[in-house]
Amino acid sequence: MPMCLAVPGRILEISSQHPPKGIVDLEGVRREVSLELVTSDESSPETILPADTPSAKVGDWVLVHVGFALSIVDEQEAQETLETLRKLGDMLDEEIAQVKASS
Amino acid sequence: MKFVDEYRDPETANAILRAIADLARDLPHTKFMEVCGGHTHTIYRHGIEQVLPSNIEMVHGPGCPVCVLPMGRMDDAIGIAEQPDVTLATFGDMLRVPGSRGSLFEAKARGADIRMVYSPLDALKLAEKHPDRNVVFLAVGFETTAPSTALTILHAQRMGITNFSVFSNHVTVGPPIRAILDAPDVELSGFVGPGHVSTITGQAPYHFIAEEYRKPIVTAGFEPVDLLQGILMLTQQVVDGRHEVENQYTRVVNDGGNPMALALFDKVFVIRDTFEWRGLGFIEKSALGIHPDFAQWDAEVQFAVPGTRVADPKACQCGQVLRGVLKPWECKVFGTACTPEKPIGTCMVSPEGACAAYYTFGQHSSKRQAVS
Repeated sequence: MPMCLAVPGRILEISSQHPPKGIVDLEGVRREVSLELVTSDESSPETILPADTPSAKVGDWVLVHVGFALSIVDEQEAQETLETLRKLGDMLDEEIAQVKASS
Repeated sequence: MKFVDEYRDPETANAILRAIADLARDLPHTKFMEVCGGHTHTIYRHGIEQVLPSNIEMVHGPGCPVCVLPMGRMDDAIGIAEQPDVTLATFGDMLRVPGSRGSLFEAKARGADIRMVYSPLDALKLAEKHPDRNVVFLAVGFETTAPSTALTILHAQRMGITNFSVFSNHVTVGPPIRAILDAPDVELSGFVGPGHVSTITGQAPYHFIAEEYRKPIVTAGFEPVDLLQGILMLTQQVVDGRHEVENQYTRVVNDGGNPMALALFDKVFVIRDTFEWRGLGFIEKSALGIHPDFAQWDAEVQFAVPGTRVADPKACQCGQVLRGVLKPWECKVFGTACTPEKPIGTCMVSPEGACAAYYTFGQHSSKRQAVS
């Protein structure tokens, strides 16, 4: 697998709070993954996340790279991207239909 | 799989392709560079070059961390691995990267203790398990990977593990883009920005591209639909005469990046004055060394690293491939003397390298037949 690639996986359990880590389902494989980059842990001296940053929780999808979750996948943004693309498809279908009708 | 399958949907991909073709109809020949090797991999794996309109050309950029590592650094890594009591751990891709005296794989065959790991944390575990060994993690990667190395060093510090160090070859993505923009040999109309680097850095490192060089850049994800939508957004900018920093990959990339990872950069790394890139030469402020506060875990402090500059093999044209001047198959040794099994240059080693990706997936491309 290309080294720089990160893959989405779903957090199955959070097994430790300090440093935060959990078990993530990565394409059917359970792997221990560090959640340090996606956890706002005010009790840890190493945490630097702004207070309003959401922490990853069980059930969240995270982007995993070399054993670390880099970010939480935003499901709403994912839906919006797909919605934009669906509209694009519909628009083109309409155009094609119009061209066909006019020829 | 969720967040993967829907971005591989052929119907959606076709709709975007039609939209690109529509928009690009009256454009002159237009070259976009995908900076990241992950995108190069997607392009070849899914045959995207063959389905884009003929006036839209994708040029492959320098964003393959394995490919840009110069021979001299590889020699230094092998030199460290061959010290007594050293265990060198690194990602699998690194094992076949040729130095001037062979690869890590060959050093292993000669008796060096070299281990393949999935994560820098696995290298730290090796150190914990083998207190009699000096475990060195050979770290490569762009901003995507550097936070993982930084956290591993912090773990080592917290756990008091002193038989562990990092040979940092982390690089940053902005400076080579500037070097390519300053080079006269490729005229680019825009960039596909590296999605996973941006997860960490946000969009800030790309503003100079739009502001100083007046070129558009769209950060995109790695599934075919992501990449095609990124190309569509770029084409739209070209048609509109805009040059903005846009984001296709909003489901994982925030404009501000990951603040914790960015803070880790400042804490654990320092920006090197200069660093050599294979094919691009020395680029100022383009790489991350380890902060003096963490000298205890810096292999360059713990071991002799001569840093001898070694020229690339003459036959290899990886440098031109990395700058987008040559297509992989235009290299004289592509697929003959240089193959993924026996690579001469780094571009043939990593699956993110343009040569290896093309060798694996692009052999039957119509464009290649047209050229050869």
